[in-house]
Amino acid sequence: MGPLIPNGIIGGGWDFVIALLIGIAFGFILEAAGFSSSRNLAGVFYGYNFVVLRVFFTALIVAMVGIMYFDCLGWLDLSKIFILPTYLGPMIVGGVIMGFGFILGGYCPGTSFTGLAIGKLDALFFTIGLYLGILVFSVAFPLFEDFYSSGSLGNVTLTDVTGIPASYFALAFTVVALAAFWGTMLIEKRVRKNMKQYKF
Amino acid sequence: MNVNNTIDNQPKYINPYLGGVLLGLLILLTVYITGRGLGASGAVKSAVVTTSNTIAPSATKANNYMSQFVSDDHSPMYTWLVFETLGVLVGGLLSGLLFGRVKKFRTDHGPNITSRKRLIWALIGGALFGLGSQFGRGCTSGAALSGTATFALGGVIVMFSIFGTGYIIAYFFRKLWI
Repeated sequence: MGPLIPNGIIGGGWDFVIALLIGIAFGFILEAAGFSSSRNLAGVFYGYNFVVLRVFFTALIVAMVGIMYFDCLGWLDLSKIFILPTYLGPMIVGGVIMGFGFILGGYCPGTSFTGLAIGKLDALFFTIGLYLGILVFSVAFPLFEDFYSSGSLGNVTLTDVTGIPASYFALAFTVVALAAFWGTMLIEKRVRKNMKQYKF
Repeated sequence: MNVNNTIDNQPKYINPYLGGVLLGLLILLTVYITGRGLGASGAVKSAVVTTSNTIAPSATKANNYMSQFVSDDHSPMYTWLVFETLGVLVGGLLSGLLFGRVKKFRTDHGPNITSRKRLIWALIGGALFGLGSQFGRGCTSGAALSGTATFALGGVIVMFSIFGTGYIIAYFFRKLWI
């Protein structure tokens, strides 16, 4: 029963080999889907290319529903998987700062690595920026240490907070995703008609 | 028109829904094997901590943030996410080679800004993203995607904050992209 490494079914020595292989698959999928181009990524905010929404939402609902099935079939012990801890205020602020970073920089961290891998200089500069941003955060940490650890709710899931079963959330995300796929297809068609050029 | 690729002549990308299914299955597999999802910003954090620990070890240990990631028996680079990220670079390169997108260094930019300006904005955007990812306990892959996929409240908050902010401010920065 999974998760395999935490349950000792695969030895910890394989950790980094598995990390490398999973990373290769991750990078390959991102690049193959067009995430190595900042113009493709920014398109989701301007309506000319919704590839981000399509890949992101599809991945999300496949993983969500998959995890539900794995749990249901007894393949995965959900009590042993990592649940991202929630820090209310810091996560909202962090998300807003990342939203600015996305619009200004045109990438997010994972996608910038794939852009870098195929020779995009803007991806290189974005990655250097990432390094500098995290460096500034780390060095200046004493200034916002209190805020950083504020609003802690622990490692809570949506179900812990609302009492609504996870399967309802999976269903809701799926319905919203399908509606978004259809709606954005129409928007994209209209926007692209008015675009004279789109250089990748 | 002096354009390399028009919209009718796109480079070969895989179908986005196929890409999404593959990525979703990869997250599922990753959770099944390791008990955690994917990530990206964590590797850059490891690089920052490693640099700091090499230049100023005592200051790094005195720093309440970086000291969490320093250990006596191995380098801060010896983490799961660093190896995963090396994989991302290799995987991106393999896909680029396969689909003919590995070319000499070039810069993507909107039609209304120069490459130079684009690079400056990319640097600023990257710095903001890096800063925000520390407050958010992860970026688009670790928090928004893997967090939400495992039904973590924090993942959903980060996802809506990133994309919500993006849509709110997109209009004001449209000159960068359209």
